[in-house]
Amino acid sequence: MNDIIISVKDLCKCFGNFTAVDHITFEVRRGEIFGFLGANGAGKTTAMRMLCGLSYPTSGSGTVAGFDVMTQGEQIKRHIGYMSQRFSLYDDLTVRENIRLYAGIYGLSRYETMRRTVTVLNRLRFRSEADTLVGSLPLGWKQKLAFSVATLHRPEVVFLDEPTGGVDPVTRRQFWEMIYESASGGTTVFVTTHYMDEAEYCSRVSIMVDGKIEALGAPAELKNRYGAESMDEVFRILARGAKRRE
Amino acid sequence: MRTLRVLLEKEFRQFVRNAFLPKMVIMFPLLVMLVIPWVATMDVRHVGVSIVDNDHSEASRRIIEKIRSSDYFSLKGVTESYEAAYATLETGDADVILTIPQDFELGLGSGSPKRIGVDVNGTNSLKGGLGSQYMTQIVQQALTELRQEQAPVVTADFFAVQNRYNPTLNYQHFMVPALMIILLVLICGFLPGINLVSEKEFGTIEQINVTPVSRFLFTLAKLIPYWIIGFVVLTISMLLAWWVYGLTPAGSIGSVYLAALFFIFTMSGLGIIIANRSSTMQQTMFVMFFFIMIFVLMSGLLTPIESMPAWARAITYLLPPRYFVEVMRSVYLKGASLVELWPQYLALVGYAGLFNAVAALTYKKQS
Repeated sequence: MNDIIISVKDLCKCFGNFTAVDHITFEVRRGEIFGFLGANGAGKTTAMRMLCGLSYPTSGSGTVAGFDVMTQGEQIKRHIGYMSQRFSLYDDLTVRENIRLYAGIYGLSRYETMRRTVTVLNRLRFRSEADTLVGSLPLGWKQKLAFSVATLHRPEVVFLDEPTGGVDPVTRRQFWEMIYESASGGTTVFVTTHYMDEAEYCSRVSIMVDGKIEALGAPAELKNRYGAESMDEVFRILARGAKRRE
Repeated sequence: MRTLRVLLEKEFRQFVRNAFLPKMVIMFPLLVMLVIPWVATMDVRHVGVSIVDNDHSEASRRIIEKIRSSDYFSLKGVTESYEAAYATLETGDADVILTIPQDFELGLGSGSPKRIGVDVNGTNSLKGGLGSQYMTQIVQQALTELRQEQAPVVTADFFAVQNRYNPTLNYQHFMVPALMIILLVLICGFLPGINLVSEKEFGTIEQINVTPVSRFLFTLAKLIPYWIIGFVVLTISMLLAWWVYGLTPAGSIGSVYLAALFFIFTMSGLGIIIANRSSTMQQTMFVMFFFIMIFVLMSGLLTPIESMPAWARAITYLLPPRYFVEVMRSVYLKGASLVELWPQYLALVGYAGLFNAVAALTYKKQS
């Protein structure tokens, strides 16, 4: 039981008449890299925001790291990291200042903050940029920094919303190496992406179509089930049924 | 405590790195305090006058001389034709026409003079009203002097007017405390609100909302810098008021700062409420402009509340600046203290508590 970190049952989110997320049910195991796929507008971000305690579910139930998504949003926040689709660190603070800010917010001691800052800077080969304003970094660097900040406090789960959108292939590869490193350290990774090659790297993936989860399983298993060569093909077969416009 | 420290550090760094805010905080009070008291004056001066002199007597010459030498009027011309004088009123050269009728002096001698005509341009009611008042006074004065010279009599002075609290009826002394209040409304009320909304627009608040930081701490860290800035601005303004206008509080400086403290809390709370309820900068700015209009025009800053209609007077009790205006004027000009002004202080404390409670409740980390 303890190896289930996210458990969701019939979770819904409606905006007026529009049902963005329609009765989704799934579980994520501890230490997994869980790919959360779907076309634009399929409801991925909305679902993720509910799991992070940013948005109240309209109905259904779920737990993240053992806390209820309906009532314990603030406790969830202590145990997760989140990287939004849009870069959201402070452009007018330096790399070091951003790290220090979030370390402080998560209650890391001064010593621990210093130690982890050095670790992050080394891992990212950022030492020379430590005092550069974040706003002047290239996008790929920003994304890697955002990931490092999201995992700074060693959360149980980290939610990544299209972390590699607009990032070059080399940086994308480095980014996934970081994801693997985190996962091998025991952090569960919950990631959305539009790149199907990335989907192949995941332990398990779910594919959302029009607010519902249409398929869920390991990449190999899904390819098998749909008789497809690649995840790209699986995605096309499922997304074809979508009625919702982007 | 450490969380608050890192949040404050963030706010101060961002403030200092901003290209515009630090300059504004210094330049804004300087400009407002140095320029506005000279230009936004309700004293009426240099009112244009055209005189129609149909009498050509000692008396009419006396009146014309008196007007020519007065600071309140600027003489645009003396003619014999009312039409010519009226033309100057139409072109806007003159705002007052003074018509001295024929045989005016003669009538004066016999005790039944013809009436002097005063035509006033009422487009600007304030200028027109004061202009005609000054005009009758100045003519009155000229004639009294003339009579005194011709037949010295002991005239009784009926009135002994003393302007208490503002002995010279200096309009600047009335304006300066009001300007300080407007500065505090803008800097402590609206800047933190704008700051908060810009975090929404940049999306940085989303990253904060997904952390366990409490909304109370986050908001507090946003406000503290502006509270400090508010006191800096107030201090600069009070020093300028002293150096430039010779105006110091007749009461204690402590009473000013205490009221300012409560007022700053109130205004920053209001700014945060507006920011919490809006999602874009335009929306925030528009709502804030609405409040600024109401505050400036209805809280007694420029026009006395007593002259407002009853329904408007009732509304003013809902406007926190109203109480601060009363405190500032009373302390600055009358030397009042907490003993007389406790209801105003109490009202400010009440509004500060109310607004900040609502501000804390309307900030939603989860939607």
